Amino acid sequence: MKQFAALLRKDNQPVRYLVVDDSVFARKNLIKMIEMFGGEVAGEAGDGLTAIAEFNRITPDIVLMDITMPQMEGIEAVERIVRQHASARIVMVSSVGYQENILAALQKGAKHFVQKPVKPEVLYEILRYVLSDDPNAVGAPVALAGEHRS
Amino acid sequence: MRMELIQPFISAADAVFAESLQAPTNIVDLSMDENAYRRKGVAALIAIKGDIEGRVILDLSPEVAMKVASQLAGSEVEASEQVVKETVCEMANMVIGNSVTLLNDQGFHFKVFPPEIHMDETGLAGSADTEALVICIETPCGEIYLNIAMHYLHRRRQERKAVPALD
Repeated sequence: MKQFAALLRKDNQPVRYLVVDDSVFARKNLIKMIEMFGGEVAGEAGDGLTAIAEFNRITPDIVLMDITMPQMEGIEAVERIVRQHASARIVMVSSVGYQENILAALQKGAKHFVQKPVKPEVLYEILRYVLSDDPNAVGAPVALAGEHRS
Repeated sequence: MRMELIQPFISAADAVFAESLQAPTNIVDLSMDENAYRRKGVAALIAIKGDIEGRVILDLSPEVAMKVASQLAGSEVEASEQVVKETVCEMANMVIGNSVTLLNDQGFHFKVFPPEIHMDETGLAGSADTEALVICIETPCGEIYLNIAMHYLHRRRQERKAVPALD
């Protein structure tokens, strides 16, 4: 299994994630990757409504958000979270990766999109990019792309 | 059923299984089924509505689902009904999601619904009125079946544009 240099906050603390997916299986898979990247899972949610409540409760550094979910879909949840927290960093994670979906998510305030099945190296690069987007809030990651520990 | 509707599902299934299971896969059987669907194991049904309408069923035995779950988790997973359900649903989500992405690139627009899981003894409601394509895919974890029944509801956007208005 590949190993990755830890992605850390500016204060050297682990990046805190909120993982949102109606599939427990998919959440576990993402959590496994977050742990590989040295992150901390601050919360989980199985639908958009719970995601909003969890975001307000834990104010994570990054949200990994599925699109197709019961009760409230991911794109609507993104819109509502970003309306309240303009600096929220949300990465959409969905198997449905067509352009309209991606554009809708980005227009609502998502920072990036990754298609399932998620490759750890792809998610790592996207997280690096999204974390470096706002250097005031979260520090640049400690390693550059490709600097995988052996 | 038109092959252009089927090919994206075959391509997506191949890509998703190969990536998820980190091994090559083979299509070992491909047949048309005009009878009510007979489930082979645990099945996830995903409905699609829009320019194309229909449903796709991903079907695998609980034993294969456990092997897939262990492969995805990177270690042995304790067998349970919940793990089996989750595995089948997630595989179905990924295959159908990737398929509709390919179809969308061809100009088709539709909505995909969350999967319905079927694993009880009463089995899955049939699709006697719909011709379905059944694909058996051989993976390192065992055989996985895809049952696809699709039909056009609307013409693609570019085809609609190409037809001059009558009024």
